[in-house]
Amino acid sequence: MTDITTEKARIGAPSAQPFINGFTEEGESLSPLNAAASKSPLAGEAVKRHSHGGGVGIPDSSRAGRLTSYKLADFKPLTGMEEDWRFTPLKRLRGLHTEVLNGAAPTVSVTAPDSVTVETVGRDDRRIGSAAIPEDRVSANAWENFTEATVITVPAEVQADGEVSVLLTGQGTEASAQHVVIIAEKFSKSVVVLDHQGTAVVSENIEILVEDGAQLTVISLQEWNDDAVHASSQQAKLGRDAKFKHIVVSLGGDLVRVTPSARFTAPGAEVELFGLYFADAGQHLEQRLFVDHAVANCKSNVLYKGALQGRNAHTVWVGDVLIRKEAEGTDTYEANRNLVLTDGARADSVPNLEIETGLIAGAGHASATGRFDDQHLFYLMARGIPEEVARRLVVRGFLNEIIQQIKVPAIEERLTDAVERELAATNH
Amino acid sequence: MSTLEIKDLHVSIDTEQGTKEILKGVSLTIRTGETHAIMGPNGSGKSTLASTIAGHPRYNVTSGSITLDGEDVLAMSVDERARAGLFLAMQYPVEVPGVSMTNFLRTAKTAIDGEAPKLRTWTKDVKAAMAQLRIDADFTQRNVNEGFSGGEKKRVEILQLELFKPKFAILDETDSGLDVDALKVVSEGVNRAHAEGNMGTLLITHYTRILRYIKPEFVHVFVDGQVVEEGGPELADRLEEEGYDRYATGAGAATIAAADAAAQA
Repeated sequence: MTDITTEKARIGAPSAQPFINGFTEEGESLSPLNAAASKSPLAGEAVKRHSHGGGVGIPDSSRAGRLTSYKLADFKPLTGMEEDWRFTPLKRLRGLHTEVLNGAAPTVSVTAPDSVTVETVGRDDRRIGSAAIPEDRVSANAWENFTEATVITVPAEVQADGEVSVLLTGQGTEASAQHVVIIAEKFSKSVVVLDHQGTAVVSENIEILVEDGAQLTVISLQEWNDDAVHASSQQAKLGRDAKFKHIVVSLGGDLVRVTPSARFTAPGAEVELFGLYFADAGQHLEQRLFVDHAVANCKSNVLYKGALQGRNAHTVWVGDVLIRKEAEGTDTYEANRNLVLTDGARADSVPNLEIETGLIAGAGHASATGRFDDQHLFYLMARGIPEEVARRLVVRGFLNEIIQQIKVPAIEERLTDAVERELAATNH
Repeated sequence: MSTLEIKDLHVSIDTEQGTKEILKGVSLTIRTGETHAIMGPNGSGKSTLASTIAGHPRYNVTSGSITLDGEDVLAMSVDERARAGLFLAMQYPVEVPGVSMTNFLRTAKTAIDGEAPKLRTWTKDVKAAMAQLRIDADFTQRNVNEGFSGGEKKRVEILQLELFKPKFAILDETDSGLDVDALKVVSEGVNRAHAEGNMGTLLITHYTRILRYIKPEFVHVFVDGQVVEEGGPELADRLEEEGYDRYATGAGAATIAAADAAAQA
C-alpha cells in the first residue's frame, strides 16, 4: 500500500514536543556524531560557519554546518557512522575513500556545437574551483588526485544549437579521479549531457557555473556496467536570474552515489532538480541533494522518482533544502517517490527542510514509497490486461514523469528503452 | 446470447487456523439480459462468489465448475476471464500508483477488444460516459483510484462497465457506502449498460436499497455459503421487511462471518 507523508513548512521555532525515541525531527538518528544535537535538533547548537579550507566544520543537524574543504586531510577517515555516509556500504566503494585515486580515469569524448568551447586543462587552471568545493572525503580525494580536467564553456549570449554530449567511458576497476567544469556564461542557453558508460571505479567532481541570466540543463546518465562504482559530486553555483535544470538518471553500476547541489548567489534564479533511478537486485543507488537558498527571491523544485526490484536492491534519497535567514521570498518544493516492485528491496527516503526565515513564498516537502503488489496486479488483470503489460504500465507511467523532463528526444527514447530492459530483466 | 453457469461450487480459503470452506455448493445460471440479485447477511459468502468468478488467487475452488458458454472459466487466468467477457465491479477498488486513468482505460479496452480503440471516438465515448456518471473530467489525469473517495471509486467501476461492455457484470456490493444521489447515478449507469441488451448482471448486495433502482428478475438468498431461498423480486420486498433473521442458522454462520471479517480487515 502507499504511505504518504506530507508536511507543511514549519515556520519559526521547532515544536517542543518530544520525538520518538531514537528519532529526531530529521529522521532516524543512527549517527553518534549527532548525539549531542539530537536533544534539540534545530535549537541553536548548530555551528553554521563555513570552513572553506579550514577543516573545522562540525557535523550537526544543520546542513549549513557541513565541513567543506579542498584538502583530503581535512576529512576524517570514514567509519560509516557519519550522517552523510550512514546508508552507503563503504566496503563496496572499492577504495574511493581510502586509496590514492591514480587509476586511469574514464576517457572523455565531447561532441559539441561549434559555438561551444571544449578544453582539456591542468590542475592549475584558474577556472578550477570556481563553482565547487568538496563536501565529503570521497569528493576531496578526487580533487586531490585528478591530473587533468575537461572544461566546457558556452560563451556569453550563445544559444547552443543541439546538445553538448560528453561521453565518459570507464577504463577498468582501478580507483580513479575525474574532473569536469561546465561554464554557462551570461545569457547563454545550452544542454549538456554527461553519459557514463563502461566499467569504472571513479570519484568525480562536476563543477557547474551558471552565470547571470544563463539557462543550462545538465543531464547526468549513469548507465554503467554492473561492476562500476561511481561517486559524483555535481555542484552548481547560480548567478542572478539564472535558470538551471539538473536531471540525474542512475540505472547501471554496482554502487552509484550522486550528490548534486545548487547554491544561489544572487536573487531571481531558479533550479529544477529531477532524478530517476531503477535499482535491480544487489544494486545500491544513492542520491543526496542540497539546495542552498542563501539569497532572496529564488525558486527551487525537486522531484526524484525511483523503482526497485529484486533482492537487496537499495536506493537512498536524501534531499536537503536550506532556507537561510537572508533568503526571503524563497519558493521551494521537494518530493521523492519510490515504487517497490518486489520483496527484498529497500528504499530510504529522507526529505529535510530547514527554514530560518518566515518571510517566504512557499516551502514544502513530501515523500512516498508505494508498493506494486498482487492487489494492483489483480485489479489490472481483472480488466483484461496481461501480467507483463500490467507491470510495464505501472513502471513506465511512474517514471515517465521524469523522462519527459529531458526534452532531448533521442535520450528520452533511449531511457524509455532502458527502463523496458530493466523490467524485462527480472520478469517473474 | 450467452450463459454463465455455476455448478455445485465449493470454495475455501487458507487462514491461520487452517483451511476454511466458504462456499458449500452453489449453483446458479445467468443468461444475457437477466439480472440476478444475490442477497445475504455479512459473511454468507456473497463476495467470495464474486471474487472466485473473477479469479482472485486467494480463493481455492475445491470442487464444482464455472463455465461461460461451455468454456471452463476456472481454467482461465484472471486477464483471460476479463477478455472472455466477465467484469467484476469491486467492493474495494484498488489504488494503482503510477498509472493514469486515461492510460489504464485505453490499455484495458485494447486488451479486451484485441485492438486499440479509434482514438477520436474513444476519447468522445470516455468523456460522455464520465459526464453521465458525473465524474469530473480531470479524473482522467489522475492515477487509477488514487485518492478517490469511496463514492468516486464506485462510479469509476461503473464507468469501466459501460466502456468495456462485458457479457456478464458482477457487481460486488457496489451500493455499499454510497449516498442516495451517488446510488442513483451508479444505478443509472448499470441500467444503461443493461439496456443495450447484451449483458447479464449479477448484483451482490447486503441491502435492498439498490433494488429500488435496479430491478432484478431473480433473487437468491445466500446464507452460510449456500443458496437457501430463490424467487422473484417479491423475495427482495420480503427481505426488506423481515431482514435475514429467519435464516439464522446459529454457530456455523457466525464462524464464517468472523472469518470473512478477518479476511477483509
